[in-house]
Amino acid sequence: MNILLTFKVALRALSRNKLRSSLTMLGIIIGVGAVIANLAIGQGASAQIQSQIANLGNNMLYVMSGSMNTGGMRGGAGSSNTLIPEDADAIERECPSVKMVSPGVRANGQLVFGNQNWVASSQIQGTNEKFPDIRLWPVSTGEFFTEGDVRTAARVCVIGKTVADNLFAGTDPVGLTMRIRNLPFRVIGVLTTKGQNQYGQDQDDTVIVPYTTAQKKMLSITHINQIMVSAISPAATFTAEKQITELLRQRHKMGPNQENDFFVRNLTDVAEAADQSSKIFINLLASIASVSLLVGGIGIMNIMLVSVTERTREIGIRMAIGARSKAIRRQFLIESVTLSVVGGVIGIAVGVAASIIISKWLTWPTLISPVSIFASVIFSVLVGVGFGYYPARKAAGLDPIDALRYE
Amino acid sequence: METQVITEPNIAIDPLVSPALITLDHVHKIYQMGDVEIHALRAVSLHIDRGEFVAIMGASGSGKSTTMNILGCLDKPTRGHYFLDGQDVSTLSRDELADIRNRKIGFVFQGFNLLSRTSALENVELPMLYLGIKTAERLERATEALGIVGLSERIHNMPNQLSGGQQQRVAIARSLVNDPSIILADEPTGNLDSRTSVEVMDVFQRLNEERGITIALVTHEPDIAQYARRVIVFKDGRIKNDYMVKQPRSAREELESLPPIEDDEEDDE
Repeated sequence: MNILLTFKVALRALSRNKLRSSLTMLGIIIGVGAVIANLAIGQGASAQIQSQIANLGNNMLYVMSGSMNTGGMRGGAGSSNTLIPEDADAIERECPSVKMVSPGVRANGQLVFGNQNWVASSQIQGTNEKFPDIRLWPVSTGEFFTEGDVRTAARVCVIGKTVADNLFAGTDPVGLTMRIRNLPFRVIGVLTTKGQNQYGQDQDDTVIVPYTTAQKKMLSITHINQIMVSAISPAATFTAEKQITELLRQRHKMGPNQENDFFVRNLTDVAEAADQSSKIFINLLASIASVSLLVGGIGIMNIMLVSVTERTREIGIRMAIGARSKAIRRQFLIESVTLSVVGGVIGIAVGVAASIIISKWLTWPTLISPVSIFASVIFSVLVGVGFGYYPARKAAGLDPIDALRYE
Repeated sequence: METQVITEPNIAIDPLVSPALITLDHVHKIYQMGDVEIHALRAVSLHIDRGEFVAIMGASGSGKSTTMNILGCLDKPTRGHYFLDGQDVSTLSRDELADIRNRKIGFVFQGFNLLSRTSALENVELPMLYLGIKTAERLERATEALGIVGLSERIHNMPNQLSGGQQQRVAIARSLVNDPSIILADEPTGNLDSRTSVEVMDVFQRLNEERGITIALVTHEPDIAQYARRVIVFKDGRIKNDYMVKQPRSAREELESLPPIEDDEEDDE
């Protein structure tokens, strides 16, 4: 008796008891659905963290000037004047793990255009021309300022989307002149939308000017507040951190027991820790879901065992009219595999639907990966074979006379 | 009851010379029940020729069911040989016996033993499924077999939509669909009322007379045995009596003499 016919026999047997078949499948449906939905949640969270990492910039480190600590008065990081533009140049020149740097100067102040005014929450930032490459943040219209603009401390600025929306209300700001801290600046570009950072701050609410302009024309200072550093690779951020620390200690002539007058903050480090924890989260969710899949499998075995007992007479009839043991075993095996695979496929649909509902209603990010779908199908087949084998063998091993006599 | 007693010569039979369809040669069957040995059959030797209609009788425990199981290749003799169609089947494996049952033996049981929630047609198709016959031929042969037992109108009915007599006729159609060497019927009228019993016996008699199909029927009802042409009586694991029925009852004539009943009434059972 060939496989196709056995399949037919098994399908007929299953369709003969639809309630039992669907209840058996329910276990697998819930199991697979739970696995798919949980993995979708976990992977969605992971993908969100990944995109936040990408948002942070190009393997970025920040060097901030140290806290002020003179005469008992202590300020926060960046409050001292220890960093100068030459430190930034030295880092770019002398640290092999560093690709690019930009000095950073921060300022506050009112922005005015026509009769509109605005105070940017993310401050006025002074950087050099490498800012778009370091932060991975290009302009959407217009262009970014050039090295020449930085050298000449030109009064040009690039504004974030939020500033553009609030100050220019619909008109294209590129080419227009706005006032920053009462100084006229020509808007030469608008940055692409970046959204919130991981602390919920609107990164698009910002104005970027050449750091030299900020130093000389706004603040009249010679120091800088921070240095943005881009390492050559994510892994290189750690060596870059060491190299920068060493170099700056040397440049700032620090004694062996002296505390650093600067901080190096490795953003990739933080992000990777977050990514790690999201992976643990995925594994936890997946293992909880797997338990329900296992329970579903045991459910199949349970029903198949009951089914073998209940259908002892049917097995006897089949044997009497000439079914070999193998045909009986195959029939029951195919029945359980069919149940688990059909249950698995429905479970995938349920899982996908559940993930969509979760992302819509709870606004959690979910991501359904083809791998988890593929793995669920494979797992369903294995559950069918694994938990169906024992009942099938039991059925095939029945004695036809006893089976026929079974009441 | 006028009967002619034939004394069975208890001698070894050469199956190659013997034209018999079935030959039991000194068959013993011993069941081991814990420490107790139960000798169910003691040196039973028996021939059944092609085209015979044999009734096997005996009280319970006489060995008739054991004989039936051995004849049906559901069980193997402990000692002795069983030749079916010239082939010694007493030494075959489980799977080989399954194949023999499929091709050479048709079963009819007391409890009908149809698959529930399965149409008459699919029930009759079942033996052909295990023989690997193609769908079109299966359908044709099953329909034909159901026609032979007079159920052409009800091929799509489920067993629970059929009367006992009709169910038994489906079982008979199933038993003959693979064109077996012999149909073995185990108390086929045990669950039927007397009129339906006669109807079922009519089907057997027609199959035997018109198609020459060999039939062996186990019964404990002497009335039913009288429809057969030969009766073998078992007692204590031995053949006690083996005789030809001089004037077998004719189910057809009896049915004609019975008052007619609307066929539809059977559906109410």
